[in-house]
Amino acid sequence: MTFEKADVVVVGSGFGGAVPAYYCAASGAKVVVLERGPRLTRFPHSLRLGEFTRAVDLVVGDGVAAVTGNCVGGSSVVYFGASLRAPSFVFERRCGTGRRVWPRAISRASLDPWYARVEQALPVEVPQWSQIAYSGGVFAAACSRAGRTCNPVPLAVDLKRCVNCNWMLAGCDFDAKRSMLLNYLPAAEAAGAEIRPLHEVQTLTRGDRYVVSYTVIDPDDYRKVVGIGAIEAKTVVLAAGAVATPPILQRSALDVPGAVGKYFSGNGDRVSIAVVDDKKLGMPYEGFAVGRPINTMSFDRLDPVQPEYERFSLQQIYFPAITNVLADTGFGDSARDARAKWASWLSVLAMTEDDNEGVFGPPAPSGSGLRLALSVVRSSLRYRPSSRTLRGWALADDEAKAILERGGLSTVKPWRDFAGSVTAHPLASCRIGDDPRTSALDDRHEVRGHPGLFVTDGSAVPTSLCVNPSLTIAALAERASRIIVESTGRPARDVPLPGKG
Amino acid sequence: MISRRSLLGLALVAPLGRSSGALEAFADTIVPGATRAGAMTVLRLPSLGLALLLPGMAALLDTRAVLSAGRPLAALNPAERAALVDELLRSGGLDREVYVLLALLCASAFDCAAHLNTAQAARSGHPGLRHLRFPMPDADGLWRFPEYSYGRRLAPSHPQTTAAGSPP
Ligand SMILES: Cc1cc2nc3c(=O)[nH]c(=O)nc-3n(C[C@H](O)[C@H](O)[C@H](O)COP(=O)(O)OP(=O)(O)OC[C@H]3O[C@@H](n4cnc5c(N)ncnc54)[C@H](O)[C@@H]3O)c2cc1C
Repeated sequence: MTFEKADVVVVGSGFGGAVPAYYCAASGAKVVVLERGPRLTRFPHSLRLGEFTRAVDLVVGDGVAAVTGNCVGGSSVVYFGASLRAPSFVFERRCGTGRRVWPRAISRASLDPWYARVEQALPVEVPQWSQIAYSGGVFAAACSRAGRTCNPVPLAVDLKRCVNCNWMLAGCDFDAKRSMLLNYLPAAEAAGAEIRPLHEVQTLTRGDRYVVSYTVIDPDDYRKVVGIGAIEAKTVVLAAGAVATPPILQRSALDVPGAVGKYFSGNGDRVSIAVVDDKKLGMPYEGFAVGRPINTMSFDRLDPVQPEYERFSLQQIYFPAITNVLADTGFGDSARDARAKWASWLSVLAMTEDDNEGVFGPPAPSGSGLRLALSVVRSSLRYRPSSRTLRGWALADDEAKAILERGGLSTVKPWRDFAGSVTAHPLASCRIGDDPRTSALDDRHEVRGHPGLFVTDGSAVPTSLCVNPSLTIAALAERASRIIVESTGRPARDVPLPGKG
Repeated sequence: MISRRSLLGLALVAPLGRSSGALEAFADTIVPGATRAGAMTVLRLPSLGLALLLPGMAALLDTRAVLSAGRPLAALNPAERAALVDELLRSGGLDREVYVLLALLCASAFDCAAHLNTAQAARSGHPGLRHLRFPMPDADGLWRFPEYSYGRRLAPSHPQTTAAGSPP
């Protein structure tokens, strides 16, 4: 049987896919990017089911639910742009094993040059205080009163173009959000890469080369298959995201390492809602819906001398009203009364050190799981927080209260957990490391025992990061891209940053 | 295999399931006003593919209500309903996912008019969006907030912040 051929097949077009797609194409390789989601050009401001859900999936496991992008550009299209380097101590984490979990080759210092490249390529800017939305201002004021510091969050947003609509979950209709659609992907296409939307990769097989098999998906009903195909390539880069990469590998007729689909982390994400009392605040607020979703955060508890599992950041954040049901409002009249104060809500996201407790069960026949409806997917992922993770969350709750409840400023409650914990930051399900028992990938991002097969998305990140993960995913992908290009026998050194050549 | 008789039974029960009011009672316990805000329309959205399952869900709700309080859901008083809904969403049973899904969808009708374009819903005075005091869009159906900031520093930055704005 003969198949279509490429030098490099990239699966997924988010951070993890777009970065190597660009470098491989720019170094002269024939690159095909297979992306499950559609290619979108308009991003309407609407929470109607069937509109924003075209680009976002809710992947529901047992004890955890992950929100992820499902379109060309991946989660970068729907993300909130917070672009932070992970604190140095994260790279030294031991996670109860007695030794470092990250590969010896990678530390904050060794990753810094790659972080800097990504910050330049996106690019990232630090907002002025005059560009901080009300909600970020209220959080900062509360931090200050409680004797804490609070920082503006660096953003991959063109602040001059941004109209502060607060619809980042729906994409960006103003080209202000610097998603992969504005940098690495157009540069990859300009260098000859071909992006194929609505192509969902199902399995890999290996002979002389890898054969990547896919189904073609109906744009109006993602449950329907309208075609099938396969491409042969010597190099395959898996970047379907941390909830999608493991099922592809598990389903494939490859003898994959036992660590595939284990050690999943939700980045320790924990959201709480405060209801702010304007009178106690001493300045007008009622601005929950106004601005950008992420503005300010506190680094105070990212203290390297504190014990592992006790360090976290606290970030002001806004999730659209579709998540209101997760606020712990009670039921009946109290649920209605709480919503009457919606404009005074303030939400905070704690990003803690979790214990990599997530494990994928046997894979569904296709995709990341069983697509139940529209954008709801049932995954085999199971997550049960350990006592250490629970303790980290409890400490973060205490800190949120100490800041936001001081002087009666507000009352704070974590999201209800009836859907398990909810994360927008799935990580670590197919991770890099030095120990083959606990890491499916070596420090070059290559799947152990499978030369030419690389994983560069959030699943490769070994641990939770205590900050939002996109910049780290992209920096690791930058670093890995050089290795991937070299493995194809092409020179990698001289490729300029996207758009800077 | 679905027999003709059970199909007939389903056809007879379906309208009954609706008129028992269990789904409406559930929706209005999640947020009072959810039914008026369109919860039943959301549950029946063709793209969700739930319509055929709704009578069964209504029956399930009533069964649980009868088991725990002796009456169907719609016949319970507000406090009893709230207690039951809370219990259902916390329960470890296999049917919990059904209640979670119902809760998410019913709330989404109220909180974001999930069956309508948001700009149109806001302009036409959708009761949930009005209750939240959801802001109004510009004429082109997009939101913009020219005024959005206090315009001044409100806290000291962490002393070890790097030039890129990250923690050390
Ligand atoms: C609402 C939201 C807000 C966020 N905000 C921030 C933020 O402010 N800062 C931050 O750092 N992070 C944020 N994140 C997280 C960040 O977006 C992700 O961590 C990051 O984008 C993940 O990159 P990735 O390459 O691992 O995966 P993704 O970007 O998710 O890319 C995976 C791609 O693969 C595709 N795919 C999946 N399965 C297949 C298959 N079988 N075949 C082909 N293609 C497939 C998917 O459709 C997707 O496009 C946010 C996430 C969400 C959902």
